[in-house]
Amino acid sequence: MTESEFAWLCAFLRRRSGLALSAQKRYLAEGRLGAVCRRHALPDLCTLVHRLMAGDRRLETATVAAMMTNETLFFRDSYPFASIRDLVLPTLQSARRAERVLRIWCAAASSGQEPYSIAMLIDEVRPILPGWRFEILATDICDDMVERGRTGLYSQFEVQRGLPTRLLLKHFTRDGERWRLSERIRQLVTFRTHNLLEPCQHLGQFDLILCRNILIYLDRPTRGTVLDALHRQMRPDGFLMLGATETAQGVSDLFEADPNRRGLHRSSIAGARAVRGETVMRPAALSSAPLRARPSVPGSAPRPPLRLVTRTTANG
Amino acid sequence: MKTCLVVDDSAVIRKVARRILEGLSFQISEAEDGAQAMDMCRQRMPDAILLDWTMPVMDGFDVLRALRALPLGKAPKVVFCTTENDIAQITRAMHAGADEYVMKPFDAEILISKFHQVGLN
Repeated sequence: MTESEFAWLCAFLRRRSGLALSAQKRYLAEGRLGAVCRRHALPDLCTLVHRLMAGDRRLETATVAAMMTNETLFFRDSYPFASIRDLVLPTLQSARRAERVLRIWCAAASSGQEPYSIAMLIDEVRPILPGWRFEILATDICDDMVERGRTGLYSQFEVQRGLPTRLLLKHFTRDGERWRLSERIRQLVTFRTHNLLEPCQHLGQFDLILCRNILIYLDRPTRGTVLDALHRQMRPDGFLMLGATETAQGVSDLFEADPNRRGLHRSSIAGARAVRGETVMRPAALSSAPLRARPSVPGSAPRPPLRLVTRTTANG
Repeated sequence: MKTCLVVDDSAVIRKVARRILEGLSFQISEAEDGAQAMDMCRQRMPDAILLDWTMPVMDGFDVLRALRALPLGKAPKVVFCTTENDIAQITRAMHAGADEYVMKPFDAEILISKFHQVGLN
C-alpha cells in the first residue's frame, strides 16, 4: 500500500466512521485489513483500497467493521453501573413518575454486553417500579456485532468477564458450549445498526445515553459532531455516560461533567439554551457552574438511592 | 496485608494463581487438598480462598460446608474454581457458600475481576 493509498484509506475511514487513523497506526490497518483481504480473496491491501475507491459497498462495510474496536464486557468498569443504580435511576424515577417510561440508548453497543448489563440492572429495580416501561436501544456500526448481540449467546470466556455468578445463574442457561441470555432480559433490548455520524433523530429522545469508549477513536471535530448529535437525542434533564478516559469538556459546550461521577454528564446551561433554540454563547464561565445549581434540571437534587440488591450469596 | 489461601491439588494451578494474586498484594499460602486447607483455616482464617472443586481427601464442596459451619467473626470470601461449567454444580457451590465461580483455565484478567467482584481489590 503506497503512501497515497494509505492517505486515501485514512480519509475514507474518517468519512465513513469518524475513525482518526494516524500514520503511527498504519500497522493496525495492515493487520486488520489483511484479514479482510484473506476473507474476500483479495491478493493485497492495494487491491482492497482500489476496490474501495471504486465504491464496492460490501468491502466498505467489511473494512469499517474490521477497523472498529469491539472490546466489551459485562458491567465494564463497574462504576458507571453504580452511578446509574445510585443516581441516574433514582433521579429519573422521580422525574418520570407521571409518564413511567424510561428510554436508554447504548450508542456503541458492540456485541451487547453493555445493554444487557443495563437490562439486568433494570430487572433488579422492576419490583419497585411496577407499571413502568423500559426501552433499551442498542446500536452499533457493525452489522455483525448487532447480530451477535441480538442472539444473546455468549462464550464461557465472555460470561466470566465482569458478570457476577449470581446473575449468570439467574439470567443464563447453557446452550452447548455457550450461554444463552433469558428472554426476560433480551426482550428489554432492541438492536439495530446505526452509524453515529449519520442522522439519528428517528431514534427518538432518551433519558440516558451511554456512549463509552468510542470518542477516544475519533478526531476532535468528529467528537464534537457526535456529542452534538447525542445532545439532540437526550432529554433536557437526561444523562450521558462516557467512557473512563473520555469527557465532553473542551469538545462540546452542551454538556457538563458531574465532578463526583466519572463519565457522567448532563446538559449544561448552554445545552439547555440550545434546546430552547436560544443563541449559545461561549459558556466558559457558565459551564463551570456546579450541576446541582442548575434549577432548570428537575430531579437533580440528591435523593435516597433505590434499594437494589446488587449481590446475594448464601452467607450474606 | 490481605491473605489468600490457594487450595488445589495441582501444583501448576497453585503456582499460576499465586503469581496472579500476589499481583493483587495478597500474601499467599497453599494447600493441596481440602483437609489441609481446613487445618490451615482453623489456625488462621485467610481473607480469601481460591478453592478447587475436585480434590482428594476432602473436595471443595465439603470444604465450603465445613468452612461455613465454623463460628466465624468474619467469613473469608471464597472463589471456587472448576474445570466444569455445569449449572447444577455452580448452583450447588453458590448455595454452599461460595461468593464467586471461575472456570479453569483462567487468566489473570478473569481471576482478578472475580476477586474485585467479591470486594477484594
